[in-house]
Amino acid sequence: MQLARVIGDVVATCKDENLTGMKLLVVQPLTADRQPAGRPLVAVDAVGAGVGEEVFFVRGKEASFPFYPAEPPVDAGIVGIVDRWDVG
Amino acid sequence: MLLAKIVGTVVATRKDPRLVSNKLLVVRPVDPRGKVEGNYLVAIDTVDAGVGETVLVVSGSSARMASGMKDVPVDAAIVGIIDAVEVSD
Repeated sequence: MQLARVIGDVVATCKDENLTGMKLLVVQPLTADRQPAGRPLVAVDAVGAGVGEEVFFVRGKEASFPFYPAEPPVDAGIVGIVDRWDVG
Repeated sequence: MLLAKIVGTVVATRKDPRLVSNKLLVVRPVDPRGKVEGNYLVAIDTVDAGVGETVLVVSGSSARMASGMKDVPVDAAIVGIIDAVEVSD
């Protein structure tokens, strides 16, 4: 999993039927000192995250597992909202 | 998933039989503000998108979970047409 900040949301009316009702958010991966690391990407939200929150997300087919038995075509999914993280 | 802009089409007569009658498009990733960046890639279209549109591209094995893509040899599929992206700051 990777730590990221939610920086935006995406609206798409015409989409795969298995994506209906799913929230799509733009996430920016972060370094240990909370700076942007690499390109932002779109992730599906499984935990009710919102813009401005720090989250962790999973990449790959596993991103669809929170929606089992549905199999939405997603390759990145937010699976946790971070309350606090420290790097020693 | 990636945000990408459709910049072209691909025609291939000789291809895997499971790819027959699927539309292949050339897309280029864009950042959330719409600036194109990075490499071109070929994605299979599942939502009737067209050149010039901004779309949502799913990569890797997840591409096979797009509608009608079961057991099709693809690693990038267009699964949505973007209406709007709202970015804070």
